[in-house]
Amino acid sequence: MNGVHDMGGMHGMGPVQEEKNEPVFHEPWEGRVFALRRAMGAWGKWNIDVSRHEVELVPPADYLRMSYYERQFEAFIVLLAKRGFITPAEVEVGKPAPGSPVTIPALTTQKAATLIAKGVPTSRDVPVSPRFQSGQRVRARNINPVGHTRLPRYARGKLGIVDRDHGVFVFPDTNAHYLGEQPQHVYSVRFAARELWGEQTNSHDSVYLDMWDEYLDPA
Amino acid sequence: MTTTRRNFLTAAAATAGAAMTPDLNHAHQHEHQAVPSDLALRVKALESLLVEKGLVDRAALDTLIDAYEHKIGPRNGARVVARAWADPAYKQRLLTNADAAIAELGYGGMQGEHMVVVENTPKVHNMIVCTLCSCYPWPVLGLPPVWYKSAPYRSRSVIDPRGVLREFGLELPADVEVRVWDSTAELRYLVLPERPAGTVQLSEDQLAALVTRDSMVGVANVAPPQAGLSA
Repeated sequence: MNGVHDMGGMHGMGPVQEEKNEPVFHEPWEGRVFALRRAMGAWGKWNIDVSRHEVELVPPADYLRMSYYERQFEAFIVLLAKRGFITPAEVEVGKPAPGSPVTIPALTTQKAATLIAKGVPTSRDVPVSPRFQSGQRVRARNINPVGHTRLPRYARGKLGIVDRDHGVFVFPDTNAHYLGEQPQHVYSVRFAARELWGEQTNSHDSVYLDMWDEYLDPA
Repeated sequence: MTTTRRNFLTAAAATAGAAMTPDLNHAHQHEHQAVPSDLALRVKALESLLVEKGLVDRAALDTLIDAYEHKIGPRNGARVVARAWADPAYKQRLLTNADAAIAELGYGGMQGEHMVVVENTPKVHNMIVCTLCSCYPWPVLGLPPVWYKSAPYRSRSVIDPRGVLREFGLELPADVEVRVWDSTAELRYLVLPERPAGTVQLSEDQLAALVTRDSMVGVANVAPPQAGLSA
């Protein structure tokens, strides 16, 4: 979707402000949001692309106003309801609905340690032929899907060169909508800064994007 | 479902607010973003609900928070960089198979399942961003700072990397090639900064102490020992 989350190349956002000796979490609730999202993710009722897309669906004015963890919290609470973990009524009264089953948490401390140490790999060991080779000229497709995509607006329609093939990965554009993993090759593609932004930029500079097979055409 | 996102959240806030007194001291600024004072209460209320339903184990939450507050952070990445500086064979492995090389030092896992290390040289400067969300190599750098997740950094790194670097105090010569890595997929990037001059006699531990988080994101260089020890 062409949302405000797709920020690459926008102007007017102001200077980058670095905070010295910044804590990992500024307030305890930020850490709770961080951990709750992982703990509920362990139920396997959504995937990383679904949860990313839910954050993109935060209304644009709210998205820009909110801090990172506030945005994550808002998307999380909506996702919990969408997947049937909680109902608006339960949130309203702050208690489980009468007679609702009490389950065993999916993420134990043991599993949390494993999650931290192993993560959730999104590469897939399946035989899929690459459509492109290193050194090949490619053009990023000009697509404007209303759903999730990881092809930023600033690269669409632009010419690049395949730098390397990272292997086969889950395709977010379908996975974010529970439409299957459609594993395919992901390439690092080099785009000259001048191709992306015009002649006023430095002729040496470039931006590398990771692009799925379906984002590219031969050029 | 007839309840809109807004109604739903307002209801959540009202519930939390009714149960507890809002603590106005919790309101503070994140780079022009005001955080509502009831947010902490709403999060607490949601956590209680999920715990009561048996969906979440509080001890597992504590494990996650403790790991990223106390165990996993840029010191991990600094050890990787120091090893690469000290051991040319390790550096070669790191640049060709980052996952395996980083695992040699015991690091890896969530949001670093597929790592790529990019090397700075006198002629090439790398920097990392995620314009679409805030992807960051957690096992080696920990969770990202606010500036990395902010709209200014996400919007400007790709169109004006040199201007962003200038704000971090790094002015690059025009003939140095700037490579910006936008983390659009599940690859996570770590910059291998240049080893500063005057470090020939330093041990690996002493080298690691010089390496900053910012240098591994690529918004700074590693300063030589005299300036770097206080960093």
